[in-house]
Amino acid sequence: MKTDSANNFVSLAALTHGERGKRYWRSLEELSCSPEYQECLHTEFPENATEFLDEVSRRRFLQLAAASLGLAGLTGCTRQPPEHILPYVNPPENVIPGRPLFFATAVPVAGVAEGVLVESHLGRPTKVEGNPEHPASLGATSVHSQASVLDLYDPDRAKEISRLGVWQSAEDFQIALRESIAPLQSGGGDRFRILTDTVTSPTLGDQIQAVLSMFPGAKWHQYDGAGPHSARAGALMAFGRPVHTYYRFDKADVVLALDSDFLACGEGATRFAHDFANRRAGGDRSDMNRLYSVESSMTSTGGKGDHRLPLTYSEVELFARDLCAAVGVPGVTASGSPIHPEWITAISHDLIGHRGAGVVIPGSHHSPAVHAMCHAMNAVLGNVGRTVTHTDPLEVQSIDQIASLRELVTDMESGNVDVLLIMGGNPVYNAPADFDFRSHLHKVKTTIRVGLHSDETATECHWQVPETHFLEDWGDTRAFDGTVTILQPLILPLYDSTPYLRLLDSIVKPPGRSSYAIVRAYWQINAGSGNFEQWWRKSVHDGLIAGSALPSITPPLKTHWAGELASPPQQGIELVFRPDPYLYDGRYANNTWLQELPQPMTKLTWDNAVHLSPVTARQLKVGNQERVELNCRGRTVEASVWISPGQPENSATIHLGWGRSHSGRAGTGAGFDAYRLRTSDALWCGSGLQIRKIDKNYPLATTQLQQSMEGRDLILSATAAEYKNNPNFASQASKQPATELTLYPQWNYTGYAWGMSIDLTRCVNCNACVVACQAENNIPVVGKEQVLARRAMHWLRIDTYYEGDPANPRAFYQPVPCMQCEDAPCELVCPVQATNHSSEGLNDMVYNRCVGTRYCSNNCPYKVRRFNFLLFQDWVTEQTKLQRNPDVTVRSRGVMEKCTYCVQRIRETDIQSRVEDRFIRDGEVQTACQQACPTQAIIFGDINNHDNHVAKLKALNLNYALLAELNTRPRTTYLAELRNPNPELKSNS
Amino acid sequence: MTVAEKQLRTPRRPEPGTSVPVIAGAESFGTLTEQITSVVLTRPTPLFWYCTFGVAMAALIMFVISVTYLLYRGVGVFGIEVPVAWAFAITNFVWWIGIGHAGTLISAILLLLNQGWRNSINRFAEAMTIFAVMCAGLFPLIHLGRPWIFYWLLPYPNTMHVQPQFRSPLVWDVFAVSTYATVSLLFWYLGMIPDLASLRDRSRNRLAYGFYGVLSLGWRGASRHWRFHETASILLAGLATPLVLSVHTVVSFDFTIAILPGWHSTIFPPYFVAGAIYSGFAMVLILAIPIRKVYHLENLVTERHLNNCAKLMLATGLILAYTYAIEPFTSWYSGDTFEMAVVHYRAVGPHSWTFWLTLTCNVFIPQLLWFRKFRTDPKRLFFVSFVILYGMWVERYMIIITSLHRDFLPSAWSNFIASPWDVSVLVGSIGLFVVCFLLFVRFLPMISMFEMRELLPFSRPGGGMEK
Repeated sequence: MKTDSANNFVSLAALTHGERGKRYWRSLEELSCSPEYQECLHTEFPENATEFLDEVSRRRFLQLAAASLGLAGLTGCTRQPPEHILPYVNPPENVIPGRPLFFATAVPVAGVAEGVLVESHLGRPTKVEGNPEHPASLGATSVHSQASVLDLYDPDRAKEISRLGVWQSAEDFQIALRESIAPLQSGGGDRFRILTDTVTSPTLGDQIQAVLSMFPGAKWHQYDGAGPHSARAGALMAFGRPVHTYYRFDKADVVLALDSDFLACGEGATRFAHDFANRRAGGDRSDMNRLYSVESSMTSTGGKGDHRLPLTYSEVELFARDLCAAVGVPGVTASGSPIHPEWITAISHDLIGHRGAGVVIPGSHHSPAVHAMCHAMNAVLGNVGRTVTHTDPLEVQSIDQIASLRELVTDMESGNVDVLLIMGGNPVYNAPADFDFRSHLHKVKTTIRVGLHSDETATECHWQVPETHFLEDWGDTRAFDGTVTILQPLILPLYDSTPYLRLLDSIVKPPGRSSYAIVRAYWQINAGSGNFEQWWRKSVHDGLIAGSALPSITPPLKTHWAGELASPPQQGIELVFRPDPYLYDGRYANNTWLQELPQPMTKLTWDNAVHLSPVTARQLKVGNQERVELNCRGRTVEASVWISPGQPENSATIHLGWGRSHSGRAGTGAGFDAYRLRTSDALWCGSGLQIRKIDKNYPLATTQLQQSMEGRDLILSATAAEYKNNPNFASQASKQPATELTLYPQWNYTGYAWGMSIDLTRCVNCNACVVACQAENNIPVVGKEQVLARRAMHWLRIDTYYEGDPANPRAFYQPVPCMQCEDAPCELVCPVQATNHSSEGLNDMVYNRCVGTRYCSNNCPYKVRRFNFLLFQDWVTEQTKLQRNPDVTVRSRGVMEKCTYCVQRIRETDIQSRVEDRFIRDGEVQTACQQACPTQAIIFGDINNHDNHVAKLKALNLNYALLAELNTRPRTTYLAELRNPNPELKSNS
Repeated sequence: MTVAEKQLRTPRRPEPGTSVPVIAGAESFGTLTEQITSVVLTRPTPLFWYCTFGVAMAALIMFVISVTYLLYRGVGVFGIEVPVAWAFAITNFVWWIGIGHAGTLISAILLLLNQGWRNSINRFAEAMTIFAVMCAGLFPLIHLGRPWIFYWLLPYPNTMHVQPQFRSPLVWDVFAVSTYATVSLLFWYLGMIPDLASLRDRSRNRLAYGFYGVLSLGWRGASRHWRFHETASILLAGLATPLVLSVHTVVSFDFTIAILPGWHSTIFPPYFVAGAIYSGFAMVLILAIPIRKVYHLENLVTERHLNNCAKLMLATGLILAYTYAIEPFTSWYSGDTFEMAVVHYRAVGPHSWTFWLTLTCNVFIPQLLWFRKFRTDPKRLFFVSFVILYGMWVERYMIIITSLHRDFLPSAWSNFIASPWDVSVLVGSIGLFVVCFLLFVRFLPMISMFEMRELLPFSRPGGGMEK
């Protein structure tokens, strides 16, 4: 602080002089807002300091940014327009340090959002939970929602505006923007282009339209690497217009998934899994639904299916055609030699027998033909309007994104573009390889890139402008059914970022309003009648705009739509591109939680792989984890092989989103870039793949080496018919020794006795619980090398087991948290009493007592304990500290840790209930995994109260304990899995 | 040494009908004492000592560097993981402790059993025990995740009002090993006092005189001193005898108390004790054979000694062979999936090489000891002992790794890969041991002089004049 002469602060003294009694002032700003002081303040924290250029000062800049958060109140000197964010539970006046507040917003993934409640500790968002009132969430979350908070605190985010690598101020950028756009106005803006990813946000769409009306000749292109290309094309084929489709699985008795991983991936997966599981395991399970899965890779949905048929990508299309004919879709003729006729017969009978209660769902990445055929089948089977809902497209402007991008590339190539504004997306990385986007990008005079990271696209553009994260700013978005959520920020922008809305607004109405003003202005017009302020508060508070779901439409099938179906080419080995279940199209590559999250079926981390079936691998003479060169019509990329049970023969699958070159410290260089092989004519499946072995191995880090149950009764499973005949099969198989078979007297648990029940029928292996646990409990990320050394730190893991023929095995999923054994083997052997049993039945872990002998880990038969072999926690990165949950200890090296049944949540609720002089209600304490689970497979509660949900589940005859014969008496028990195979179809059941 | 003296000292094959003398050749009190004290006081240090010391010192430096890096970075520099959270460190601990048991057996049990032949080997065998226990004791410290609070395993009054968890075998280990170390140290030191006094009396410079003088605690050789000494020795031998059986039993409880298949087995206490004696004698022989050659002690540590040690090795080796046979049988007989799986994977799994190597080194090759030539010829016996010592390390490693890497839930199965630091710490600990032992050989009386004197005919009543 500049210590000028006392003159400057004489006003301060004047203010306090003559005051009686105690007059405390927290800060100088409260005391004085004198102009001199403000001047002083401005020079002290200047916005335009040019010394923030080199490495050291950048760090200082960050510190100042953090400091500015804490000193945010000082900006009250110059009055900012008030922006009221509305907490979900408590009004702002009741901010109590140590008690988090929850704010409703939504997590947009490629334009389709899931409503969430974000937990905020003293102005920092730390954890994402589902929004119970939002249709896409119903209280649960997907992996992307859980991991999004880490993206906010990503230390590799773009932090400052720069031009060709040189720092620029926001004013400089505004001036440059105006200067480059102004001359275009004369031509009507026909040399001005805007490229965005899929835009569903009404406000953003409105802003873009405003810019386009100012520049009528300008064009707006949209492109998303894993966008809805097929769905749109399929709808055009079937209906002649773009149509968005979603499904009601709670009403579906029969589901056919044609290469669709709808339970775990894609838009609406959380809701779909929720509905599907309720239909399947709700009630007394006497009337289960049935899931057929015909797919070209092994996915979690496929493993969940009652029947699974692995077919190549092109075979799936032929199968769909035969099924269309069998189901009675007019205009489609069956092929001469149907593939698997018994499947066609059985499935068509089942679908026809459940008219109006069936769903045929195509994989979002499959061909438009399959999409069209599914639309036709659903229409013919009467599913539309009941289990299948069509609406207008979610996008503000639904276009053929490939054609749009091609048009842009052509324009760029011919030098018709002077200014290109790229907002979001990453076209240099994920545009089709034949477009050669990068080299054409250089032909544009001025390229401006607004994005979260300094990624492949940003480094090729002239201007890099950091974007605000959705948790930092106002906006809006749509969910899978069209429901609009107004996004409210939870934290001031961490860096010098410019939101899209303001940037576009600055073109139309310089200098540009704030996002808050823009969003409010839009909804003021579009909210409808009534008190806007009340409407606004309610919508922001609830996290959704009531009644904003898109109305359902019933578009008729085009006549002669089937005439557009072409025969799919089949040539050699095909290469199927799929968006990664976690990294999606690559945008989450630097999210270490998602990098380390084991892939659902293969349990791979930190890499993708080219998946081959055992037979194909043997034919090609390649083994597991061997480096190969993939050659797809002349384009090559290296990859490592993973032999995948369940992968069809003559087909290879590779996930998109990897092998990035500019993705921060975690994403750069992880995995292999499949986009290099992906051309616009074969977006999702390329044929004629050649695989050549290279003389090197590439080890892939997996968290589960052994995926066979080895004949052990780990997951008890039966068909619905078997269950009906013998309801007690689970308790019969369980080998629980008698209670009397112990020397020690039984402990009497009066009071709460915490227990957990995991329903294996409901678990769909989406892994949201694993990320939720990691976020809630400050679990460190260890990196690929340590995962290879078998030291991954996830407290909760989902074991995936295969059974049967490796070409098409059955798959089983088993979430394994700490069992909190009443007779815990770990407690017996700890020499220092670092792990003890609480009176409520929890196995407590005392971190500061642990000396690290690891005997407890050796003695745990479930191997749920995790040890900090090295210092895995990040002590250094400032942003990571902001994300951490302050209610949970951060463990250092040499200390054992494990699932605690979220004891911090139990204690918080316990304290609250004591304050209110009552007992904890059923469902009041939710563990992080339980809260995140879309299917409510994990239920937690007090088992002493027999009315509680968890007690009732444990009383079911399906209830069994894992490794019960060891007499550990675990508090976490399982409900045996039931499947409902079709007796008509005698395969893979 | 004159030719005549040398002839006197060369051990000869005994004539049939006569027993092998414990001391080969004719000796007197003076020659005996001179032979042993000259190693420390007068004779120049042999080149062998310097070479071995150099190599061992290098290994010790490697140990120091490795342990420093380990403490700095964390226990993760080892190859340990979940599920195999114990590997080299615990193997080394059990191996070293086991080795020590032979020394105590020789010193204590054979004393109580009145076996005179143990007198020439018991001093350095007991020294071996001390150094082995010292090396062993380091491993439970360095394998901890937070070694700086190792003392929480000790029951000391503290402000936290927390005591160790006494049901844990690791706490029992603390008591067992510390008792063992204390008693062994006392026993060794006490036994050395008369010999240190001899060294003091024969020392030629003030430094040696002062050093041995302080250590010998004013021993005068009075009969009162001898009486107390003998009583104390018998008492300590009595204390140490049960330790031979109990210490390694308690160490075996580290495994048996766990529920892991392959560990949770009641055969472990006798199995481990037998194994300890087995490896201990192997180490005694590995030390004795070169030492007696280099320092010309063949008359004191004779073929008979080698033969007896070899016989004890063979006997304990047969006990071990029984255990290797009975374990698979018990597992099969139990019908328990997990037990049978362990036996199966021990034989054919990814770490089955440890099992077969163990059998080869501990059962098959040591059967050579049935042949007299292998029991008495120093070179052959050294080879067999080395194989046994190595095999015992591999056996501990096998027990730990094969049970941990594949246990109840297949999803947790893994393979273990040692890291270079694992190996460097092991080799370094051997270096530490050898350095200490060589220093002992150089500066302390390596054979118990007063006990050897008791073996001479002159010390028997009648002065050996009877026929």
